[in-house]
Amino acid sequence: MNTPTIPHPEAAATFLKNKERVQWHDETLWFVRHKRDKIVQEIPEWEQLRELASQIKDHTLSRLDEYLQEFEAAAISNGVTVHWAADAAEHNRIVHGIMQKHGAQKIVKSKSMLTEECHLNEYLEAQGIEVVDTDLGERIVQLNKELPSHIVLPAIHIKKEEVGEIFHQHLGTPKGASDPLYLALAARAHLREKFLAADIAITGVNFAVAETGAIVVCTNEGNADLGAHLAKVHIACMGIEKLIPRTEHLSIFLRLLARNATGQNITAYSSHFRKPVPGSEMHIVIVDNGRTTQLGREAFRNSLKCIRCGACLNTCPVYRRSGGHSYHNATAGPIGAILAPNLDMRKNADLPFASTLCGSCTDVCPVKIDIHNQLYQWRQVLTQEGYMPAAKTASMKIMAGVLSSPARYSFAGKWARRFLRWFPSLALNKKLNPWARQRELPEPPKESFREWYKKNGNK
Amino acid sequence: MSRDKILNAAKQNKPALVSLPELPSFTYAANDLVAAFTAAITKAGGAVTLLKSQQELTQKIQAIYPDAQRIANFIAGDTASNKELLKEVALLDVVVLKGQLGVAENGAIWLTDKDCVERVLPFITQHLILLIEKETLVGNMHQAYGVMGRQNPAYGVFIAGPSKTADIEQSLVIGAHGPRSLQVFIVEN
Repeated sequence: MNTPTIPHPEAAATFLKNKERVQWHDETLWFVRHKRDKIVQEIPEWEQLRELASQIKDHTLSRLDEYLQEFEAAAISNGVTVHWAADAAEHNRIVHGIMQKHGAQKIVKSKSMLTEECHLNEYLEAQGIEVVDTDLGERIVQLNKELPSHIVLPAIHIKKEEVGEIFHQHLGTPKGASDPLYLALAARAHLREKFLAADIAITGVNFAVAETGAIVVCTNEGNADLGAHLAKVHIACMGIEKLIPRTEHLSIFLRLLARNATGQNITAYSSHFRKPVPGSEMHIVIVDNGRTTQLGREAFRNSLKCIRCGACLNTCPVYRRSGGHSYHNATAGPIGAILAPNLDMRKNADLPFASTLCGSCTDVCPVKIDIHNQLYQWRQVLTQEGYMPAAKTASMKIMAGVLSSPARYSFAGKWARRFLRWFPSLALNKKLNPWARQRELPEPPKESFREWYKKNGNK
Repeated sequence: MSRDKILNAAKQNKPALVSLPELPSFTYAANDLVAAFTAAITKAGGAVTLLKSQQELTQKIQAIYPDAQRIANFIAGDTASNKELLKEVALLDVVVLKGQLGVAENGAIWLTDKDCVERVLPFITQHLILLIEKETLVGNMHQAYGVMGRQNPAYGVFIAGPSKTADIEQSLVIGAHGPRSLQVFIVEN
């Protein structure tokens, strides 16, 4: 949505105002992380699977142009129409073009972070076309005119009472109804009508197999299949990084994906679409949108291995306490903070700083992306390119001056200890010092270690 | 043209060749595949019943779904009445299909477009029954893809439970868009 971008710290501050909600958000996501940890331990070869997945993705990226052509040739021979989009705008035009060709008005879409990245819904709405998101979480945020706040759990930030109110307004459920089962069944009835009436179904792609031209879509709800099988036209939108070389590699990725995402053994449905049913059409739109640029950035290339499981979000102490919307990017959390500056450094310069660099994201990544290292490297690149916030640049310059001279360091330390004792309110002033907003400071020591050592070192 | 632009950029920006790892043959530790499969399906919200032979099927279906009106049984049912039922596919109560294999580790059952009769059937029905033969159970996904080999169907799906969602406050709800229950029959023969 074309609202001005609110920087992450400010947006997070708004989210943090509701302490109960933050606590609940934090605990809900930690619960998912915990489920993941438990199920992962059931697989003795888990670490080997991660290593293999990482190596398969490294290999694929090192031959990406060749695999893309192999995939295209196979898909065409399967009777699929293949389109190529250099950027989001071209992707949206292609999808709209297919709709125009069929005079389609009723579109159902299953979850696709790529179409979120391209702002497809917004684009189609401007052309007078209504797209119905069919994933329950996506439908909730769509009805509420919001964007998903999580890759896998789009409505994780919304409480059941609020879902009840949204459904009361849009689906006519009784006011006050907030039982998840009741609400989910109301959505089922509402969306079944949409599925049965749809002209075109749009899905994302979890994996694209180069040797066969097949695409694999994983859902728990079955919405991708209901859409694609009932409509006469299926459009699948994929980023170029979704490729894997061969069918047998799916065994690795399907064992990793759902376990790492939600702590399930596998999603209820793992659907392999290769050919359209005779008489219907299948289209695949292959999208770059900055991915080949990222491929050329050695420090950030690894991020293209991401299989969008969302585990780095669930484990991130910053994401859990700041909410997905504070990231002002289709993909939130640690991985989103690596991908976003690639698309627009100026707009997303704040995101790599929204991290404690604790490395928990890297620890849970199923394809071994060194997420926290890349966030650290983005900070350096953004600083060199001049995108760091002015206040941070100034204070860093002062710090560099102080830290480069032992005399200045010792002098500054002495006066800081005195000032903190005399005017503690200065350091804790939440307006002057944003760092102090969520923190209490300990009492300053009376002397530095150096001073103490001078007195006591030779005793 | 965007195709050439993307391919050229990918070619120019790709790193030096990294070799493709060989996949080891991961063995599956549990001996009792039926028990492991049953545990996985149950955890995913489905149910498993063992049958001595396929003959028991019709009777079992009636016992489990006594109120079902429109049952499309593609294993035991006659073709003509099934075709009649498919005219109003959205009204089906129960669909009975045969799966090619089951995976013990995660409860996934493999069906291709031919096994589904029509691709939408296992998704649009209110309740789904899948029958598999005990000998087709494999340990894990590597073995499953090994058995499937190069069959490379026009469409294929692993089904591992009824349709479900946890999108409202992480509360598990069985029956999102697809079947509201999954009953698996394992035939011992």
